[in-house]
Amino acid sequence: MSNAANALTRVLGLGSAHEGAHHWRTQRLTALALLLLGPWLLVSLLLLPDLSFATLRAWVGGLVNASLLLILVVAACWHSQLGVQVVAEDYTRGATRIVLLIANAFVHIVLAALGVLSILRLALGA
Amino acid sequence: MTLSILHRATGVFLSLGLVLLVAWLASLAAGEQAHASFTAFATSWPVQVLVGLMLISFCYHLANGVRHLVWDLGRGLERHQARASGRAVVVFTVLASAVVLYLAFFHGGRP
Repeated sequence: MSNAANALTRVLGLGSAHEGAHHWRTQRLTALALLLLGPWLLVSLLLLPDLSFATLRAWVGGLVNASLLLILVVAACWHSQLGVQVVAEDYTRGATRIVLLIANAFVHIVLAALGVLSILRLALGA
Repeated sequence: MTLSILHRATGVFLSLGLVLLVAWLASLAAGEQAHASFTAFATSWPVQVLVGLMLISFCYHLANGVRHLVWDLGRGLERHQARASGRAVVVFTVLASAVVLYLAFFHGGRP
């Protein structure tokens, strides 16, 4: 590898695994988002007068609530996927590891898609 | 050491909570009947126990997560500091869990 490419790699924070730093950074960034949005969701739900269908639908459908929920769901899915990945990488090996890592990614992508679509549907009243 | 493995355990457990959260949102989006089915499921006692444990796990994972973020900044890494912050995490978890569980289960509605 040329020196320029080497320097670029260093600037981009790529180690020998080429994505470790990105994994690390994303894990922390989503942690920060969840640190704020997790308690927000918890407190908001506790403050609702009741948890009836109408109340919840109106609450989730609000513009600000829906936006924050979108970020929450995406950050939570991402954070969860990265976390489970680390656990799978640390405690399993071989074929089991590969199957777990693929299943992990698959399940979290499905969760994110379902969550995002559900919130959009409630917010846009479709 | 114990706290570290607990961070992983609660993290994986909270992934299940994420499934519940998304199922809850999907049931709301799907309509009143779907939401009624979800509520019936979520208010059954085994799920209520799980939700209670998830709330405790959330308090712990959040507090210990902050500890990790501070460590990432290169602070609090001395042994006595790490011990003190570990104790703080346990105290926070107990207090916050008590408040959250009380509000969720005994103060009006269900979680």
